[in-house]
Amino acid sequence: MYQDFLPIIIFTVLAAVLIGVPLGLQYLLSPRKNKGGDKLISYECGELPEGSAWVKFNIRFYVIALVFLIFDVEIVFLFPWAVVFQDLGLLAFIEAFIFVLILVVGFIYVWAKGDLDWVKMNVRYGKGRYANLQSKGETS
Amino acid sequence: MTSIVDSLVKSFSSFNLDIAVLLPVITLIGGTVIFLIMAVNALIAVYFERKISAFMQDRLGPMEVGIFGFKGGKKFWGGIGQTLADAIKLLVKEDILPNNADKFLMILAPFIIFTGAFLTFIGLPFAQNIVISDFNIGIFYIFAMSSIGVIGVILAGWSSNNKWSLYGSMRAAAQIISYEIPIGLSLLLVVLVAGSLHLGDIVQWQADHRWFIFHSPFTFLAFFIFYISTIAETNRTPFDIPEAESELVAGWMTEYSGFRWALFFLSEYANMLIVSIVASIVFLGGWLSPLQIFNIFPDSWLILDGPAIGLFWVLFKAVILIFIMMWFRWTFPRLRVDQLMYLCWKVFIPFALANLFLVSLWELIF
Repeated sequence: MYQDFLPIIIFTVLAAVLIGVPLGLQYLLSPRKNKGGDKLISYECGELPEGSAWVKFNIRFYVIALVFLIFDVEIVFLFPWAVVFQDLGLLAFIEAFIFVLILVVGFIYVWAKGDLDWVKMNVRYGKGRYANLQSKGETS
Repeated sequence: MTSIVDSLVKSFSSFNLDIAVLLPVITLIGGTVIFLIMAVNALIAVYFERKISAFMQDRLGPMEVGIFGFKGGKKFWGGIGQTLADAIKLLVKEDILPNNADKFLMILAPFIIFTGAFLTFIGLPFAQNIVISDFNIGIFYIFAMSSIGVIGVILAGWSSNNKWSLYGSMRAAAQIISYEIPIGLSLLLVVLVAGSLHLGDIVQWQADHRWFIFHSPFTFLAFFIFYISTIAETNRTPFDIPEAESELVAGWMTEYSGFRWALFFLSEYANMLIVSIVASIVFLGGWLSPLQIFNIFPDSWLILDGPAIGLFWVLFKAVILIFIMMWFRWTFPRLRVDQLMYLCWKVFIPFALANLFLVSLWELIF
């Protein structure tokens, strides 16, 4: 059994070698002398780059990652359940139904809060610069 | 189903060699063959992609670079040496790492992306007995390994210290991890019906009953959710927002050049092959002959069913799926980011969850 998983280690080492050989070949073949000057500046459409690129970015990506994590763990839990589903029958069905239902409630909550929209068009309590995003009428 | 490593070890065992030496050597040979398959796959797929897109747009595509004197010109095989010439060109390109980039992570990123695709091939059967290592958790292993690549994408974007790269990699990461959920839920249906994670058992179930795509209306729907999600997972066009040339230059690949950049392409085309083979094995009967499902053919025709021809059927189905991916590229315009997220979170995931519920109900009743 452990022999089946041995190739993973061997392949990881082999991948380093198989990448290293062409990279070494490139080192030998490619021009190296004319490096320098403006060539090594970050590409920003021909302009000089404005500051570092390590800037703040949209919080959306974090929310997506968070929701993904919950779903992914759920899928990992459901895989063993799916294997034995045929043997356990109705019991397995009810168990997983309750398990997934708890997640679906959370999913509906995230959906209703509008966190699945890439661009949030309305906010519930819009103040200051967000005042024009205040949802009209029905919610607040 | 026995793996190719096991059968080779068994056939060499008469020479009284130590298994501790024999096993790594055979695996190394297998790994080299896999690397050659990846390279040849990329060469052929890039050539056909350019030719197919040319024919779909009523132009000629590559027609100048021949190989061994076959120049071709305007004939359909013209420019057959184009991708080989491109590969050589990439090898002699200057290797540029920007001054203010995080150089260690920038070198590490292509390695991780390549390794993710390379390791997936260990558990991927090309035919009944042609697989490096016959895992009993095959489908789960492939699902796990194919998601390693996203770490490399984030590293590549972050380490480049370039605004296009950062934004492209964040979009790519959000897209890849989002579409992993519909893929996982679709594969779950198949595991639930077949009752095994072993790819050989899943195909055996299809041989005993019927192909999964025809098993029930829900698995039919699951195939389409799986297939469209894998197109998004491999960042192909309608879903190539991370690389969108017209807005993000080249996304997370902007600062890469030469062979490091070629590694991204190699991995992308390898991923296309992986997802197509997985789709053909899991939903389309793998190495079973499609002639089997129509009972109109005489029994003598079913010689096309044997294990030797299994490799042909798997690759045949995979190539058709890859062709449809290329067809999609010239048929659908690129989606916007919000449309992409809408499609995943508000269409595919609710449908996949409902699918899971209904298929388990279906299995209880029938």
